[in-house]
Amino acid sequence: MFNSRIFSIIRKEFLQIFRDPRTLAMIIIMPIMQLFLLGYAATTDVKNISMTVWDQSKTIQSRNLLDAFRAADYFVIEHSVGSLEEYQALIESGDTRVVLVIPPDYDRRLIEGNAQVLMVLDGSDATVGATALSTARLVGQAYSTKIMNEQTSLAGRAAPSAPVEVRTQVWYNPDLNSAYFNIPGVIGMILSFITSILTATTIVRERERGTIEQLIVTPIRSWELIAGKLLPYVILGFIETFEILLIGHWWFGVPIRGSGGLIILTSGLFLMSSLGIGLLASTLANTQQEAMMTVMMFNLPMIFLSGFFFPIAAMPKFLQIVSYAIPLRYYLTIIRSLLIKGVGLAAIQSEVIALIIFGVVIMGAASLRFRKRLD
Amino acid sequence: MTNYLVQANGIKKYFGKVHAVDGVDLNIKAGEIYGLVGSDGAGKTTTMRLLVGALLPDQGDVTICGYDLRKQTELARSTIGYLSQRFSMYEDLTVLENIRFFAEIRGLSSTEWLPRSMEILEFVGLDKFKDRRAGQLSGGMKQKLGLASALVTRPRLLLLDEPTTGVDPVTRQDFWQLVIKLVSTPHVDSPPVFGEHGRMSEEQGGVSVIISTPYMDEASRCHRVGFMREGKIIAEDTPSNLRARFNNRVLELRGSPINKLRHVAHQDEDVEDVAAFGDKLHVRVRAGKTDLIMKRLPEEIKSAGGTVTDLRVIPPALEDVFIALSESNHD
Repeated sequence: MFNSRIFSIIRKEFLQIFRDPRTLAMIIIMPIMQLFLLGYAATTDVKNISMTVWDQSKTIQSRNLLDAFRAADYFVIEHSVGSLEEYQALIESGDTRVVLVIPPDYDRRLIEGNAQVLMVLDGSDATVGATALSTARLVGQAYSTKIMNEQTSLAGRAAPSAPVEVRTQVWYNPDLNSAYFNIPGVIGMILSFITSILTATTIVRERERGTIEQLIVTPIRSWELIAGKLLPYVILGFIETFEILLIGHWWFGVPIRGSGGLIILTSGLFLMSSLGIGLLASTLANTQQEAMMTVMMFNLPMIFLSGFFFPIAAMPKFLQIVSYAIPLRYYLTIIRSLLIKGVGLAAIQSEVIALIIFGVVIMGAASLRFRKRLD
Repeated sequence: MTNYLVQANGIKKYFGKVHAVDGVDLNIKAGEIYGLVGSDGAGKTTTMRLLVGALLPDQGDVTICGYDLRKQTELARSTIGYLSQRFSMYEDLTVLENIRFFAEIRGLSSTEWLPRSMEILEFVGLDKFKDRRAGQLSGGMKQKLGLASALVTRPRLLLLDEPTTGVDPVTRQDFWQLVIKLVSTPHVDSPPVFGEHGRMSEEQGGVSVIISTPYMDEASRCHRVGFMREGKIIAEDTPSNLRARFNNRVLELRGSPINKLRHVAHQDEDVEDVAAFGDKLHVRVRAGKTDLIMKRLPEEIKSAGGTVTDLRVIPPALEDVFIALSESNHD
């Protein structure tokens, strides 16, 4: 059904959007900025950890050990020191994260079979520390297995095979590239942030500038006003989704394995919740600033509890339960599964149902609160 | 069926403990210009907002063109043009875009809006500025744009909330000429959306205007004036009848020194009020005491050391009535 009054409002909204450089910048530039920030800076892939070496042994054996660390691709040996004070200073200044100390009797004790080296880690950054720790252990284990094999074969015996060997197979994202995980998340974040802020402020602006008084007195109905105000941002929401998908795909190489129709459908469902939050905030705020703050109040906890930055499985039980009340959580699961795993509707149906429920409830509550009156 | 275009019965609006509108009755005929006057905070704007349904009354009801504002809100609104006190057009849209927007959401079709908008812009004299952004118009032009947007759908009822506050005298004059022209031209009855339900027929007269204003010269241009005070209409009549209430009770006094004259006049127990009008004073006296004061006041001034050059009874201005009504205890 074509409704010319709704169309008039949509046209007016677009005129205003195109004449307001700040809104325009927010719509076009913000997604790109966030995409590149989160695609590059927010990578949790720890590589090239700066390493310092205090090699007191200076033998072929110690150099072989260092080569083993170099080969692991996680460490870059940047400094070589000769005393405790020296490497302490390097850690304190943050110039190095990891220090490997090889004792003077390393080569002798290696032959005896009880060599020890010391690994000092800067634990102030837990992510880097944890990666360095586990990698160092793995390198150490692999290296000692190798030496054991060499020694047994030198002794003329066949090398024993390890009793249990874990063979790994990584599906969907074999390089464990974190951009695959982050960029679909950016779509969710943009859809929830920008659209809800823009809808809240566009409605509150009418109140702030007094234009609402003219609108109220026209015979336009509440639902027509809401529809006309929200539809432009639905359109913009989709444009931004495509913008991020395109850049994510062509620049960051994020796969788009699922069906385009499902991506559009589920994004539309999620838009309902975020536009609803914007509309709700507009009924609570009197100025654009208040509207912005109100939207932030809703959105910040949502982002943190949605599983965007921190895995939900790692949260305390209580927060895990809270996260069920967050629409973004379901959308993130959906969009990540659609893009990276390429699943069909069956795999995400419970999340889709959750999005429908949230969309209807939030939008319904906001529409009921929205009054075409001044009081 | 009554022949009133607007009927309000005992409308009340409270904001917490403030009784902004406290039982207002209005009956406005077709073709009438009704002025709502009163001091700031008397409840004029709230009354206007109740009449257009921007606020819901706590009590009482409003009927506009036969539509119950509470139940047939949108039908009633389709007959109203409203110019709010605050400029409420979109500053980032041009004059024509604003008119178009409001014309369309009030139901003008895509073929109707342009000729109608141009006609109305010509009427208010903004046709040359149609492509200028509304934010770049002068104060008077903004008000004309507001008027044009209120008029574009040819409403039967026009509500103007302090339309000339902060506007220069020449533009005010222009504005009033427009309003008078509007009322004197017979209303072309073609409400675009709800035309077929329109209950008023053409014979019943032209456009009615309800205008609120703090200016007495504007009030005196209205067919009828209602004085508002503390949320009530405490006096309602034609401007001449209102003035007649104070016939023979306002004296004009000239002399020097003017401050002494003023002080002495104030002291007299039969003087209700003294107001300065430039180099002369308006002295309002108690009913029936005029002759007494005419004799007594010059003597009092003389003994106080002042001189009277002129003292005479003048026809009261609406301003005198306004001041008197604003002060009196209406119990």
